[in-house]
Amino acid sequence: MRKIRWNRRFFDRLVDILVPILAVLAAFLVGAVILWLQDVSPIEAYRAMLVGAFGTKNGLSDTLVKAIPLMLVGLGIAIAFRGGVINIGAEGQIIVGALLTTFVGVELVGDFPPVLAILIGLLAGAFMGGLWGAVPGYLKAKLGVNEILSTIMMNQIAIQIGYYLLRRPMLDPAELAAGTNIPQSARLGRALDLPRFTDVAQWLGVTRSAADLELDGYLGQLYGVLVEPSRLHTGLIFAIIMAILVYVLLWRTTLGYRIRAVGLSRSASEYAGIKVGRTMVLSMTLSGMFAGLAGAIEILGLHHRMFEPVAVSAGFGFSGIVAALFGKLHPLGIIPSSILFGGLLVGGDKMQRAMQIPQVMITAVLGLVVLFVVSTEYLVQRRATRRVSIDTSATEKEAVEDAIAIPTQETG
Amino acid sequence: MNQDLTVVAILLGIIHQGIRLATPYLYAAIGEMFSQRSGVLNLGVEGIMLMGAFFGFYSVFQTGNVWLGVAAAAFVGLLMGLLMSVVSVTFKAQQGISGIGLYMFGLGASSLLFKTMLGSIQPVRGFQALRGCVGENFCMADIPVIGDIFFGYTALVYGAYLLVPIAWWVLNRSTWGLKIRAVGQNPEAADSLGVSVDAVRYASVMLGSMLAGIAGASLSIGLLNVFQEEMTNGIGFIAVALVYFGSWKPAGVLVGALLFSGVNALQLWAQVLRLNIPSDVAVMLPYLLTIIALALPFRRAMQPAALTKPFARGEG
Repeated sequence: MRKIRWNRRFFDRLVDILVPILAVLAAFLVGAVILWLQDVSPIEAYRAMLVGAFGTKNGLSDTLVKAIPLMLVGLGIAIAFRGGVINIGAEGQIIVGALLTTFVGVELVGDFPPVLAILIGLLAGAFMGGLWGAVPGYLKAKLGVNEILSTIMMNQIAIQIGYYLLRRPMLDPAELAAGTNIPQSARLGRALDLPRFTDVAQWLGVTRSAADLELDGYLGQLYGVLVEPSRLHTGLIFAIIMAILVYVLLWRTTLGYRIRAVGLSRSASEYAGIKVGRTMVLSMTLSGMFAGLAGAIEILGLHHRMFEPVAVSAGFGFSGIVAALFGKLHPLGIIPSSILFGGLLVGGDKMQRAMQIPQVMITAVLGLVVLFVVSTEYLVQRRATRRVSIDTSATEKEAVEDAIAIPTQETG
Repeated sequence: MNQDLTVVAILLGIIHQGIRLATPYLYAAIGEMFSQRSGVLNLGVEGIMLMGAFFGFYSVFQTGNVWLGVAAAAFVGLLMGLLMSVVSVTFKAQQGISGIGLYMFGLGASSLLFKTMLGSIQPVRGFQALRGCVGENFCMADIPVIGDIFFGYTALVYGAYLLVPIAWWVLNRSTWGLKIRAVGQNPEAADSLGVSVDAVRYASVMLGSMLAGIAGASLSIGLLNVFQEEMTNGIGFIAVALVYFGSWKPAGVLVGALLFSGVNALQLWAQVLRLNIPSDVAVMLPYLLTIIALALPFRRAMQPAALTKPFARGEG
């Protein structure tokens, strides 16, 4: 009896995981039709994409570099979703986070000891992003302002503030002197450079390349990515640690319990004595903090200076939503999902170079992924409720709670 | 004396621009109003507008026929609306997210088509101002002072303003409007009276999306006569907010649309007059205004009770 029940749970879990994968495949199928209509062989295009993203050393390291902001943004999106609020404002939160980190890094802590400087830089980004998330959260809790609309507007405001600051007070003195006036800041102090993987390898005394060790094939590539010079920085480790922390926060703390309770039912939470408004503001603030961290990490690990706001946020605010949804809004699911969608972004770039297919096609495919994943969510949920009515033991209920990935929203 | 005349001319210019620029807001927001009154929050308006803008433009670019452009934009809007309906009504997806998905799809697809089918920004001869010409040598638009303000617009602009009373009539006086309101307010009751909730929602979302497509065309073949990537610049999202601002009523939406286009027109004139407002701050203004408008307390009670709530018989 016990064994049978376990098998059914296993099967249900399998379905839960397979459904979004099928949804992504369906989106790619539509993408293939679009390619075919443009007289491009979809098989060749997708091959170029896959090889470009995962099949070479540089591709793989670029994929992982892109996975870092996706992971952090995705974690923030997941916290908001779990708390029953929708954060479309990650784009703006990344920008304001990156702006404050840049300001702090250029003006204040450039000559601090590295560990302290990096810590302050990260905190600055998280603080500013959190603030940018708290505003729509507060407006929702107190005045009933639809947070989707307010976060979208906050994105536009962040972009314009970014341009304003970068054209005037934060403009690189070198740009000003040269008279080119490209909107970008000065370089941050070297103390704030996040170590790259290759730096760490050197500290550890690992200096031999893959060729030296006669490692070939995929193992050699992986070794190459981790040891040989590449853009891959330790932000990846930071992001993975954050994912684990978010898991602990959401499932092992009272605060996380409250967030999820409010996400599942606002009225029931209110009845149970949870301060619903305050919890929603908190979910949005935390969500903004992670997007702000993503902005900070991009500056510290990759760009080392702030420039065109929309080029820094690079659409991660939207692709992060896709990564979070595909990761079933689970912190540990978001790790592989971010790597997958990071690969998609890199692959799109490679596809553009190899086959002259505009990279914007990836945006369209991502949109379809969202549409298909949220469509299948209903089917998964219906299976879940059927499960409850068949067998209502406590453990099963818990499983259902996990399976219902997107909490139902109670008011617009 | 001379200075007074300049001030009057500038004021008239602002009013003329304001009335013109309200066009895309009006089409998109009136359309979205139908969708929301039936209980579906369609956040994909921005993406639909981009698709409408591209297909409207491309049709005119190929054939030179502006009405064919409007038809193409309306048709692609209708298709996008069908997609939104399938996802949000039949599959009961969470509407906030499905709308964002639709936006991303429209953004990506319109940019992709622009790059592969046009390749660069090109002008077309779009809609021309009607000017109300009587005979060979007299046009109403040439009447001093007020002529241009009343007669100096394209057919698409007049159409947008005509849409307001039509929308009011459909919503408040026709049987179909009654069904829309019932389905948005109390789908269970509507269902028990034999109204097909899903059918009414499909129709409302598709009508709204069709108007959003025309809203896009009103930019690319009416106001600007070019197509650019991301040319809608948030108008679609502001249109969704305008429905909230206008308390889900056509007249309210009209007031909101005029307010926003007025701000846009002022901004253009501030640039013309070289007033010392940084352009970034000026561009920010409409978005800030949207947040403030959404926070105004008086309209909450008017919200359709079933907005964003999918309907499934027996689960109410």
